[in-house]
Amino acid sequence: MSAALTTQAEAPPRALRKVGSLLLLPSVIVLLAWMIIPLVMTLWFSVQYYNLVDPTTTGFAGADNYRYLVTDPDFWVSLRNTLVLVASVLVVTVVLGTLLAVVFNEPFPGRNVARVLAISPFFVMPTVSALVWKNLMMHPIYGVFSALARSAGMQPIDWFAEYPLASVIAIVSWEWLPFALLILLTAVQSLDHEQREAARMDGAGVLAQFFFITMPHLSRAISVVVMIETIFLLTVFAEIFVTTSGGPGNATTNLAFLIYARALLQYDVGGASAGGVVAIILANIVAFFLVRSIARRLEV
Amino acid sequence: MPASPLQRLLTAIVGWLVALMLFFPIAWTVLTSFKSERDATTPSLSFAPTLASYHEVFARADYVAFALNSIVISLGGTVLALLFAIPAAYAMAFHPTERTRGTLLWMLSTKMLPPVGVLVPIYLLFRTSGLLDTRSGLVIIYALMNLPIIVWMLFTFYKEVPNEILEAGRMDGARTLGEVWFLLLPLTLPGVASTGLLSLILCWNEAFWSLNLTSAGAAPLTAFIASFSSPEGLFFAKLSAASTMAVAPILVFGWFSQRQLVQGLTFGAVK
Repeated sequence: MSAALTTQAEAPPRALRKVGSLLLLPSVIVLLAWMIIPLVMTLWFSVQYYNLVDPTTTGFAGADNYRYLVTDPDFWVSLRNTLVLVASVLVVTVVLGTLLAVVFNEPFPGRNVARVLAISPFFVMPTVSALVWKNLMMHPIYGVFSALARSAGMQPIDWFAEYPLASVIAIVSWEWLPFALLILLTAVQSLDHEQREAARMDGAGVLAQFFFITMPHLSRAISVVVMIETIFLLTVFAEIFVTTSGGPGNATTNLAFLIYARALLQYDVGGASAGGVVAIILANIVAFFLVRSIARRLEV
Repeated sequence: MPASPLQRLLTAIVGWLVALMLFFPIAWTVLTSFKSERDATTPSLSFAPTLASYHEVFARADYVAFALNSIVISLGGTVLALLFAIPAAYAMAFHPTERTRGTLLWMLSTKMLPPVGVLVPIYLLFRTSGLLDTRSGLVIIYALMNLPIIVWMLFTFYKEVPNEILEAGRMDGARTLGEVWFLLLPLTLPGVASTGLLSLILCWNEAFWSLNLTSAGAAPLTAFIASFSSPEGLFFAKLSAASTMAVAPILVFGWFSQRQLVQGLTFGAVK
């Protein structure tokens, strides 16, 4: 904190400012290019007739790609699947993450080891998580779950055939719960112990402490977790790509997979770009709130 | 806070139960990797451990190529991003201007662009420039993708260096570049290292661009594992062995960089 104050106190001399801008310039230029060029291209393609396998139909398409997109039932299904996926994973990870953060904040034997084990799924690459879950855990014949079901005298469930979207949600939740836990645990640890102690003295029970002291303190961390996860969850791809390929039918096709299929399987550049614009708009709604929330904390 | 012994026991049971449940799929994968393909299809715990699956995965001539691609691309992307980020973070932390705040937030906002929204243009740009299925292509993408996070993390570390040390250095005649190398780097080396580590983890596990922009030539391990998703034949033991080798190194890195991860991925919004 003191460093922040001293740097602010004195204005840097001119020469130094110049050097400062020079050092900053390369990053600004590449990031600007990285943002502007693809964005402009996506917008441009989205109003063009452009199919890689049909070079005869070209030219300005106006709103045709968008019209085609919104009249395509697959698009609405993918939008619904995207929202269901994002919302379900958010609910699971935030609720369980909050409860687990409270548990892992209390001292118990071997807590550090247990915590390391609990956050491990976050470091597993998405293709591994998805295939391990699909084959080793949820396989209807050879999976661990089917063995458990059989030993309990129940009929094993073919998870990806009967509950495809729920299966994908389970895998993605497993990947992101550790993230929520880690962030929320950091927030819980910074909770003022005296405040909790005082509340306890005043006769507040465990539940009252949780709802009136821990939860309000966590609200900021929770909102950050929600926003960052949303940015990533809006474009879940690998987990779907290696397990269901969007199916059966379009049951697990989300917006990211739909755009991928349009672009790289059907070579419909125009249509895929229109979908891309929708994805960018969705992400930007969330990003607006996220950036504003982070800005409040930023000290320069 | 004094908790009753019963409460403590309960916490321990819940904590350990959850930890073991969350870790179970990983542990199970490691276990299965030591089974033969026959044993791998039954969830039995009694089996003759074998390294056969590891041998077979290694024997596939291309495994080493995939692993090498992962290493080269992750390291390349991280080093390239650091080369851009270190001067930028230095400038903003030690010579802040009235534009610094806006610049930082703008950099953050570039991270919000969903990759799938720009898949089409990037794919076409890569195709025309011959970057499709090359390591250099992914190195560029990964460096750009992580640059905002890396600048932010370095900025945070540099902010913690007391300005007096730099002032003293300046008195002794250190110029700007001299400051960076002789004063800052040793002071912030831990910060740079953990930033690099986080970037390595993110590059290693990235599976959107690697699946879409590579095929045979530059595909990293994420794509290698994805090739096990083909429906013909079930190779649980081999899948497990390949997965274990792909995940183990980065998992250990991850355990060491928990704290930096919180800072880096939340842009300092949660402390």
